[in-house]
Amino acid sequence: MQRTIITVVGKDSVGIIAKVCTYLSNNHINILDISQTIVQEFFNMMMIADINGSSKPFDTLSDELQQIGKEIGVNIKMQHEDIFNKMHRI
Amino acid sequence: MINIMEVVETNKMIEQENLDVRTITLGISLLDCCDANLDNLNKNIFDKITRVAKDLVKTGMDIEKQYGIPIVNKRISITPIAIIGESACKSPEDYVTIAKTLDAAAKEVGVNFIGGYSALVSKGMTVGDKNLILSIPEALSITDRVCSSVNLGSTKTGINMDAVKLMGEIVKETAEKTKEIDSLGCAKLVIFCNAPDDNPFMAGAFHGVTEADAIINVGVSGPGVVKKAIETARGKDFGELCEIIKKTAFKITRVGQLVAQEASKALNIPFGIIDLSLAPTPAIGDSIAEILEEMGLERVGAPGTTAALALLNDQVKKGGVMASSYVGGLSGAFIPVSEDQGMIDAVIAGALTLEKLEAMTCVCSVGLDMIAIPGDTKATTISGIIADEMAIGMINQKTTAVRLIPVVGKTVGDVAQFGGLLGYAPLMKVNEFSCDDFINRGGRIPAPIHSFKN
Repeated sequence: MQRTIITVVGKDSVGIIAKVCTYLSNNHINILDISQTIVQEFFNMMMIADINGSSKPFDTLSDELQQIGKEIGVNIKMQHEDIFNKMHRI
Repeated sequence: MINIMEVVETNKMIEQENLDVRTITLGISLLDCCDANLDNLNKNIFDKITRVAKDLVKTGMDIEKQYGIPIVNKRISITPIAIIGESACKSPEDYVTIAKTLDAAAKEVGVNFIGGYSALVSKGMTVGDKNLILSIPEALSITDRVCSSVNLGSTKTGINMDAVKLMGEIVKETAEKTKEIDSLGCAKLVIFCNAPDDNPFMAGAFHGVTEADAIINVGVSGPGVVKKAIETARGKDFGELCEIIKKTAFKITRVGQLVAQEASKALNIPFGIIDLSLAPTPAIGDSIAEILEEMGLERVGAPGTTAALALLNDQVKKGGVMASSYVGGLSGAFIPVSEDQGMIDAVIAGALTLEKLEAMTCVCSVGLDMIAIPGDTKATTISGIIADEMAIGMINQKTTAVRLIPVVGKTVGDVAQFGGLLGYAPLMKVNEFSCDDFINRGGRIPAPIHSFKN
């Protein structure tokens, strides 16, 4: 299992989750958890996903997600989960 | 499992508060490059650096992408060149050829600085040491990426005052040779007392002779994160303030530890240390001065500044030490003037003087850093300032350093422009009373009484 954190930040609109999930499903990426919240009037969504099944390397996935974000006017970021584990867990 | 608020917090630090890993520095030993023939030596050095560091920049960029954290600099430190060149270099000009080789190697592998054009002369100078020191002005004026440092004092050995005198002249000469670019050469020259062997930060990085063949050292940063965090403690007492700084330093350092581990794994080079220093940049919100002002000072330099800095430095260490297995380098808050917008503003406002900065160096790493002074300052006066700073390091058993830039053709009220991470600096007033007779004595200042611990 190779767990990554995908975050979507931006103005809320119809179809953001659908668009991201479609991309993930097309690339055989399994979503383990989704949560969302509003921080300072911005829509914040976080997905924990397993990218083990994807044939594309991390770089490509990250770039393509960023591109989708640009198209729908939100900021999408993909990061290895270790940066959060390290910072917030002892 | 990680929750969304934690993810938001981390990404806010990165996106809005300038959290970054300041540098991955690859230390490379050049001891196995030594040769009595200068051409062979240069070839060996170029080959070794370009072989060991060939994947450094790419690895840094990969890690950046994977974790979504900027790694600002990828750099190299090497064994002090005075040692490496001793048998091949018969003159300062010979040493300059090595500087050219280092510059070429740095460009070949794509690092922005290579540190270690250095000599360690805290007790005395060999012929090679002296030749290297004499070659520094030329070496720094004809290369772009080579950084130089000279260690001329320590708690164990005392201060080499002959070297202090010489370095005053070398600083002046370096300024003169690079006068067209506001004496920028001096920004690449650091004079140390108690220099650490594993410092990842430029311009003072070198790979000590006590180190392994190659090693990864990482310098973290994040003054902006600390500043934002302590905004929540306005009006609270020192206990609460310290607690917040400590927790923030822990989080920042953990990221550095992760990056260091990953870089070490990817390059198959052992991990050395994390340097806990808070390093500012000229970017707005990435300033040590702003942290001190947030604590309650109208301007950095006001009474209370030294205490505020001492507190900050100590809490950063306490938080950071638990976050990493191996801490080293300089590890403290940096207070460079030109690289910190808050410091620059304080100098312009008349709140911060050279003397106050000297007091501040007693409680933090590293020293009088990136300070522009009038170009007509006498060499002996520069030596005097160096001697004072070395004495602080020697007596307090800590690293201190001097990076002064006597900007040729400019005086108090003018501004020197260095560009990029090095920033800009208003020229500061220097005490002009003479110390000629003191500096001209020559010899050594003996080691202090508390160094005799055996």
